[in-house]
Amino acid sequence: MIRLRDVHKEYQNGTKALKGVSLQIDDGDFVFLVGPSGSGKSTIIKLITAEIEPTRGKLMVNGYNLNDISEQQVPLMRRTIGVVFQDFRLIEKKTVYENIEVAMRAVGATTGEIRRRVPYVLGLVGLSAKENQLPSQLSGGEQQRVAIARAFANNPSVIIADEPTGNLDPARSLEIMGLLERINDMGTTILVVTHERELVNRFGKRVVAIESGRIISDAAGGYYGNER
Amino acid sequence: MRDKQIFYHIREGFRSIFTHGLMSFAAVCMTVACLLIMGSFSLIAVNANQMLKDLEDDNQFLAYVDDSLTREQGQALEAKIKAVPNVASVTFVTKEEAWDSFTAEQDNQAVFSDEDADILRDRYEIHVEDIQLMEQTVKQVADISGIANVRAAMEIADGFVMLRNVATALAIILVVMLVIISISIVANTIKLATFTRREEIAIMKMCGATNWFVRWPFLVEGMILGLAGGVIAYLCQWGVYGLVVQAVNRSGILNIIDIVPFAQMSQLVLLVFLLVGIAIGAGGSVMAIRKFLKV
Repeated sequence: MIRLRDVHKEYQNGTKALKGVSLQIDDGDFVFLVGPSGSGKSTIIKLITAEIEPTRGKLMVNGYNLNDISEQQVPLMRRTIGVVFQDFRLIEKKTVYENIEVAMRAVGATTGEIRRRVPYVLGLVGLSAKENQLPSQLSGGEQQRVAIARAFANNPSVIIADEPTGNLDPARSLEIMGLLERINDMGTTILVVTHERELVNRFGKRVVAIESGRIISDAAGGYYGNER
Repeated sequence: MRDKQIFYHIREGFRSIFTHGLMSFAAVCMTVACLLIMGSFSLIAVNANQMLKDLEDDNQFLAYVDDSLTREQGQALEAKIKAVPNVASVTFVTKEEAWDSFTAEQDNQAVFSDEDADILRDRYEIHVEDIQLMEQTVKQVADISGIANVRAAMEIADGFVMLRNVATALAIILVVMLVIISISIVANTIKLATFTRREEIAIMKMCGATNWFVRWPFLVEGMILGLAGGVIAYLCQWGVYGLVVQAVNRSGILNIIDIVPFAQMSQLVLLVFLLVGIAIGAGGSVMAIRKFLKV
């Protein structure tokens, strides 16, 4: 579960990115976080992944109090989250298999566990046949599926996808969202940050809209309206 | 850390050397260059120190036996002189031997034809163990009953002591400076190599990797590169030293220099090069990735 209570974030340059954001995402939820550029979406993601600290307000992620988290606890907290990025962020010199292996090694998985789990997650994203290929040999959509497989490899409670379809064509974007929906059906909480209206409206999930650092709407089965 | 994780880190460290071949090559070259500079300077210092030590060993003082003693009584003083602390060796020289030796060194021996050995005294040539304690030893020998006088070139002894102290201090300062400069150069080379991998580090950190999980492969990689640099630098040093020895021997001008054979120091040089190489590699790696761990 992710819970933000009256969270403020002001960067050192004086930019007030968040101005009292309160948000709760329960286990098993599928949430779209939408809003224009500079609205504060990325700041929320960085706060949840403990890359930055809130200036004010309370922040809990999967049982960890991020207001009072020690440096040693940060990796443990991150192991409960899988992150998918717009630019995939795969390690170029490692194969598909090895990219997922790294994520599992990082949490201390044994070779046996890795040998069982990697083929499973690759099967889930439909890339079993490509485990020995390098990221550069894959299409954008395939690379994003590898990133999703990596995020899901350690069976996290939450997957956060930051503009996961930003670099993909509409057909591939649908595929990726379908994949995230399937993972959500398996019980994993999904938080997708996006500004793609069509995609959001097509899936009919909970939509949290943010603008100028404030949440302006939060509706289940929500709709991401036209740009004003 | 689990045993299997160790093998993973070692495998990753080795693989990374080859996947980032050019940077690995640059890091090894920098290590070799730094070790060679450091090693060459240290070997020069070792030889200079050895030369000074040889010159010190030649340093001796003379103790003259009182004329009133018979030769047997004079020779009996040897045991007392040997008992003085810091005395390394004692040689009794009769006045006749001293006279012969003195006249043999003169160009115009006819000048001394009217004289004989009786103008001299029997004496002892005394070598000391530690030149720094020379003054004290001379005084103790002079106090022995039956010794009429002592003659020691104290200013030369003091000069050697000062020269050695200055040379040692200079050598230590320069080697420490070179080690610091080497670590900094190698760290910067590794940092350059690591810069292209900051994304990889960030990904691992976002997956929940601890700082040590990220560090280990870099540490292994740095240690292997340092080790390789140490071995290559040792071989180069061996070759360079051999060439210098050959050149010195051929020149003939420097006959007074007795160069320490490389074989005499080879094991120590290898050990130091390997340890310093590993330390530079490991230290450089840890310093280089420190900044990228803050994710």
